[in-house]
Order: sequence, then C-alpha cells, then structure tokens
Amino acid sequence: MLRVDHLNASYRGLHALHDVSLEVAQGEIVAVVGANGAGKTRLLKSISGLVTTEGSITLDGSELRRLKPHLIARAGVGLVPEGRRLFPRLSVEDNLRLGAYAIRGPERFKPLELVFELFPRLQERLGQRAETLSGGEQQMLAIGRALMSQPRLLMLDEPSQGIMPKLVDDIFRAITRIRALGMTVLLVEQRLVEALEIADRAYVLQTGRIVMSGPAADIAANGAVRQAYLGL
Amino acid sequence: MQNAITLRRRRELITAGVLVALLIVLPLPFHDPYTRNLMILTLLYAALAQSWNILGGTCGQISLGHSLYFGVGAYVSTLLFVWHGVPPWFGMLAAAAVAGLLALLVGWPCFRLSGHYYAIATVVVQEIAYLLFLNWDDIGGASGVYVPFHGQSWLNLQFRTAKLPYFYVMLGFFALTWIAAWWIEGSRWGFSWRAVKDDVIAARSLGVRVFPSKMAAAAISGGLTGIGGAIFAQFVGYIDPDSILSGPLSILIALPAVLGGVGTLWGPLLGAAVLIPLRELSSTFLGSSGSGVDLMLYGALIMVVALWRPQGLVSLFQRGRNGSAS
Amino acid sequence: MQVALSGLLMGLIYALVAAGLSLIFGLMDVVNFAHGELMMVAMYAAFTLWQVSGLDPMIMLPLVALLMFGIGMAVYRLLIARALAVRFNKGMVQIFVTFGLAIFIRGAAQMVFGGEFRAVTGTALADRSWHLGGIFLPLPQLAAGFVCLLAFGGLYLIGRTEFGHALEATREDRDAVALIGIDRDRIFSLGWGLGAATLGVAGVMLAGFYYVSPNVGANFALIAYVTVALGGFGSLMGALVAGLLIGEVEAVTAQLLEPSLKQVGMFAIYLAVLMFRPRGLFGKI
Repeated sequence: MLRVDHLNASYRGLHALHDVSLEVAQGEIVAVVGANGAGKTRLLKSISGLVTTEGSITLDGSELRRLKPHLIARAGVGLVPEGRRLFPRLSVEDNLRLGAYAIRGPERFKPLELVFELFPRLQERLGQRAETLSGGEQQMLAIGRALMSQPRLLMLDEPSQGIMPKLVDDIFRAITRIRALGMTVLLVEQRLVEALEIADRAYVLQTGRIVMSGPAADIAANGAVRQAYLGL
Repeated sequence: MQNAITLRRRRELITAGVLVALLIVLPLPFHDPYTRNLMILTLLYAALAQSWNILGGTCGQISLGHSLYFGVGAYVSTLLFVWHGVPPWFGMLAAAAVAGLLALLVGWPCFRLSGHYYAIATVVVQEIAYLLFLNWDDIGGASGVYVPFHGQSWLNLQFRTAKLPYFYVMLGFFALTWIAAWWIEGSRWGFSWRAVKDDVIAARSLGVRVFPSKMAAAAISGGLTGIGGAIFAQFVGYIDPDSILSGPLSILIALPAVLGGVGTLWGPLLGAAVLIPLRELSSTFLGSSGSGVDLMLYGALIMVVALWRPQGLVSLFQRGRNGSAS
Repeated sequence: MQVALSGLLMGLIYALVAAGLSLIFGLMDVVNFAHGELMMVAMYAAFTLWQVSGLDPMIMLPLVALLMFGIGMAVYRLLIARALAVRFNKGMVQIFVTFGLAIFIRGAAQMVFGGEFRAVTGTALADRSWHLGGIFLPLPQLAAGFVCLLAFGGLYLIGRTEFGHALEATREDRDAVALIGIDRDRIFSLGWGLGAATLGVAGVMLAGFYYVSPNVGANFALIAYVTVALGGFGSLMGALVAGLLIGEVEAVTAQLLEPSLKQVGMFAIYLAVLMFRPRGLFGKI
C-alpha cells in the first residue's frame, strides 16, 4: 500500500534519513523502532509532506512526494504527530469535527462512533477545551481526530510518549482494534516491547538508516538487536 | 577565525575611506542645485537609516516612530539658535542628548512590548508628539518655526545659496553614523544586540542583559537621528511638525535600511541611493500634476524590492557570503 | 449624554475596522499596514456606485462587501503569500510590503479620483437626524452604528461555523491543520477576504457621512492599530470593547480639550493600558 523508496532527507545540513526504503501492506501494523534521534519522526514527516525529501513515496502506486501536506492527508494518509498538535482552545468536539473538514457527504461524521467506542472518555469531555485534557486524553483525542479524516493509512508518532502506563495499554489496544477494522497502521515507537507485541513487521532505524527488518517477533527475539541498536 | 573577522572589518573600513573620498569629489562636476540637493537628501536618509538600523537592524526592534527623534532634535537645535543664538554645532549636541534621552524615555515602557505591539507603540508615541507639537503655540504650533538668516557662516551652518557646504556636513553626518555602526558591529554591544535580535531567550541564557541592551541601542539610535534633525533644520531653514515629525517620515527613515539590507553596514546607503533619487525624481517629473503616478511607482518599488530581495539590495554584491541573513 | 452617544457610534465603526485587522493578524501574524487604504478603496467604491447609479450606498453594501472580499483574496494571493514565503527578514518584509501596497493604493486613488475631498450627498438618510429629549443623533451615524453591530454579529456567527473553527485551528497551529486535510493557503486567503469584506461594510457606512479622499485611510488605520493593540491582536471581543472605549475617549477628549487634540486622549489610554497588559485587554498569550 505504502512504498518508500530510497528516501533521503537532511535537516539543517545534517543527513537525517539515508536511503530509507520500506513497505507497508494493506491491513498490516508495521512498527519502526529505534533510539532517540534515529530519524523516526523525520520519516513520518517526510511521508506527510511536512519536510522536503529526495526519493519516492507512493501510496497505492501514486506518487505523494511532491504533493502539499493537505493533499497527502486527503489522499488517505493520517498522521498523529509528535506532541499531538491539538487545537488547544477549541473544544474536544470541535477538534474531532475539524478532523472531518475535508470529508464531504452524509457519512462524514461516521467515524465518531468508532472514536467513542475506542475512547469512551472523550465522550465525557466533549465540551471541554482540548488544552484542559490530561496527557493521555490528549493523545486519544489526537488519534480520534486523525480517524475522523478517514485515513486508509494511519501513522502514529510515539503515541505512548508522556502518558500514564495504564493509558498506554489502552492506546495500544486501540491501535490493534483500528487494524482489525481494516485500516493500515505505521507506528513509530521508542517502546520496543509493546510496539513489537502488536506489530506484524518491524524496521529498526539507526542514525537515519534502516539496519534491520523482518517479522516483529523475530526482531523482538533477537537479543543482539535489542542491545546493539536500541540500547536496552 | 578571529583573524578573518578582523581582516574583514579592516577591509570594510578601508572601503568606507575610499568611498568617502569618492563622495567628496562626487558633487564637484554637478553645479545645478537640484542635483546637489538630491545628493544631500540621499546622504541624509542614508545616515538616518544607518541610525535606525542600529536599533531596528542590529537589535531587531522595529521602530516605526523615528521621526520623533528627528523632529525633536530639529526643534531643540533650532529653538536654541532662534531664542539664544546658540550655534547649531552645539545645538546638534543638545539635540543628540535630548533625542537620546527621549529614546530612553520611550523605550522604558515600550520595550516591555514585543513584535508588532512594539512597532505600533512607537507609531503611537510619535503621533502623540506630533499632535502635541502641532498644538504647542509657544514653539510655533502648526505654523512652524523659521530659522532666521544670520549671515553666511560655517559657525551657524548657514549659506546663502551654496549647497556644497551642506553636502559635506551631511557627508560628515553619514560618516559619523557609519563609524558608529561599524564600531558597534565589532564591539561587545554588537554581539549582545544581535543575540537579542535573534532570540531573546537564548540571549538571556548567554548572560545578555536584554532590557539594557535595547535601551542602549535606542539611545544611540535616537541620539544620532536627533543630530540629523538639527542639520536638516539649518539646511531647509524652516521646520514644522508636518515636515519633520510625521508618520510618513518615520517610514522613510526606516525604508532605506530595509530595502538596502537590514542590519548591514552598507544597506542604508545603498537603499537610500536607490530610493531617494527615484522618489524625488518621480515626484518632480510625475508628481507635479498630482496624478499619483509617483506614489504608485514608489509603492510598487517598495513591494518589488522587499519581495525580490528580502535580505536587501546589498545581497546583490555579496557572493557566497550570507551577510545579514538571520 | 450627547457626547457619549456620538462617541459610541463612532466607536462602533472603529471597532469594525479594527476587527478586520485583528482577524488577519490573529490568523497569520501579519499586520496589514494597508488596512486604511483598503477601507479607502471601499469608500471610493461606495462613492462611485452611488455616482453611477444614484442609489443609496447602503443598498450597495453587499456588492461592495463582495468586491472587497475579492480584493482581500487577491492581495493575499499576489503579495502576502509571497511575503510569507521569504526566507530572510520575514517580519520586516511583511510590514514593508503592506506599506508599499498602502502607498500604491493611495497613488492609484489620486490618479483615478484626484486629490480633492468627495462626499456622498442627497441620500435618504443624509442630513436627517433623530431628536430624543435634547439629544441629537444624525441618522447616517445611527445607521452606521447599527450595521456595524450587525456585522459584529455576523463575524461572531461565522466564528461558530465549521469554517470559523478551521480559522481558529489554523491560527493556533498552522502546520497541524494540513494533517487533517485543511488547505492553509485557502484558509489564509479566505481570512483576508473576510477581513477586507468587513472593511467594505465599514467603508460603505462611513461614506454615508464622512468625506472621501486618498488620505482618508491613514487616520482610520492608525486608530485601528491602536484599537487592535488595545483590545489584543486576534480577539473579536477585544476589538469591539477597545473600539467603543476609543470612540468614547475620543469624544470626551474632544469635548474637554481642543478638538485637534482629540486623539491624544485615546493614544494615552492605549499606552497606559499596555503598561499593565502588554498584550491588550483581551490578548491571548
């Protein structure tokens, strides 16, 4: 479904991504793991068109790379960005509704049911401003907002960051459920164990290069990977 | 590294010396007063923009009310001359002192504001001063002040019809502002001010005292601008709030620096050399009919240069170097 | 009472002019220094339409507002979008590009209409006023105040629509909106259109009782900047409250001091308030 070929990106003169190639098939959960600064965020930003890159990024065969970010989103690529990037002064409800801004037609708010099923807490907070939510709730809202734009590919950047352990489980459960409904997920995580537990396949990113890839279980079982590349 | 900087600074000083020498002979072949007048105005605005640049370019505080210091400087020196016969050379010093103090007085409240809030506050302060001067009858109010002619003399900076002396005085004024800017660029102050411009928080963490830096930059910038006002008053022989303390003048003071290259040493002169002749010529040849074409041309020039060369015209002369990029 | 009421009516106009400025600033951090000139364009548009058709400018209001909407969008697309894209001295480029535009428009007005003062005369409301227990209220001002209030209501309602939320979202995080498929550029240009359209409303109503000349914008623009800074950039409520406050202060100062000093009072109030609230009365941090 998503195919990234020989992607190169630099950031302030530094080479941030080096010849990165990866593939995500329909209905998969693919995890990209790696230490801080390995280029994980940069990879997702490149796919979303937020930074300029060289190489090729295709979604179902059509090139995304030169599209503006909002067109990539409309093409079906949703990103739950690092730091969540909610609209803090708007209410939870308005944040969710805005997620469907580019969708037209009678069914535009249909994912709302799913969002409330996954995160019942959001339903209780509909009228609250996004800035008043706890960290975990904000993450739920960020995922909810991305779901509202009905993406075919959902990308999540460190969804577990800065969240209470109990809620982390909720969020990973939600990701599994999202996949069960037929969506494809590209997950970037520092938390190796949890990420590899729910993922089908994984790539290990180290200082901008893909150093290993394979079934998630294999990578989880590979002690050398954990030591050498992830510092665990 | 240090060496390269010293070398570059020395080269710039030499360039300035050569340029001043060229400028000394520049007006000699042109005898008509119109051309000389144009040169004088160009130097005036180059010097004013250079003064503005110290606060606006180096320190990053975009003042849109600099005609306040210009106007007050002109009034101080002129009134001292008219009332007490004080020669303008001393008047200039008084003008610089008063304008510099005034800049501190304005900076005290306004530097607590940031970005656009600061810029608008400077406009408002200048507008208040404009209205007050307009209604202050003891100093001429709206009808202004004529500078009485006390006979041709260098002491009083008065010359019957000669333009050349004023040209050299303006050149001296420009050289003064250039040297000030050059000296600041290499001094500790210059580093602190540029740090304030780039990132206030980072500057603070480096131990830069932000508020005093802005105040010092404002005082120097305002004081120099005040000197310009004093000279201008002697040059035109008549001052009133509309001609020396107005909003459009504030813009005209900042514009050469912006178009030429904000925060650069040569931007103000280059900007003035392009802007002022164009503005004057178009208003002479196109503006007399009141058709507005001169204004359209002037406005279009500003838009085009600002968009085409956001880093200033100076960048046309820089190859491979980033200059003032920030 | 008379003073208070006429201050209030003028304040409503100031408030609406400021609202357009505030909207654009809040949205994209750009201060439009051609704001007064755009209002002048609206006034000339009202004047010309009245001259050609003989109809009351108020009837032309929707037409002028629409025209201004288009002009606002064009200004964004042709100038502001480019100014936002520059890599050096962003802040200064934005300021001076709009300054250049202001001078350009002034020159164009001078070319087309000449420098003299013009006024719309002989309309249904002109020179009529409403007497109420010794208070004297000219109808054109009254109508202007009323329409400005309506326009504020309209802006408030737009703020509650989905488009309004998109505006607010873009204002809060201009990069994140792209992730949910919102075209930032489009929101920006619609924001400029909306800001200019409010000026269209203000300009038409002002033309009902105020002379038009190429320089008419400068004064109103200055008051608009003060109003917006006083109320807080980006705040609709701030623009309304500050506009009314400034109208009142102006009327009272003109009464107490000389009329030529009437603006000193409002400027002083503005500076005093900013000392305590550097981001204005309703400014968001």
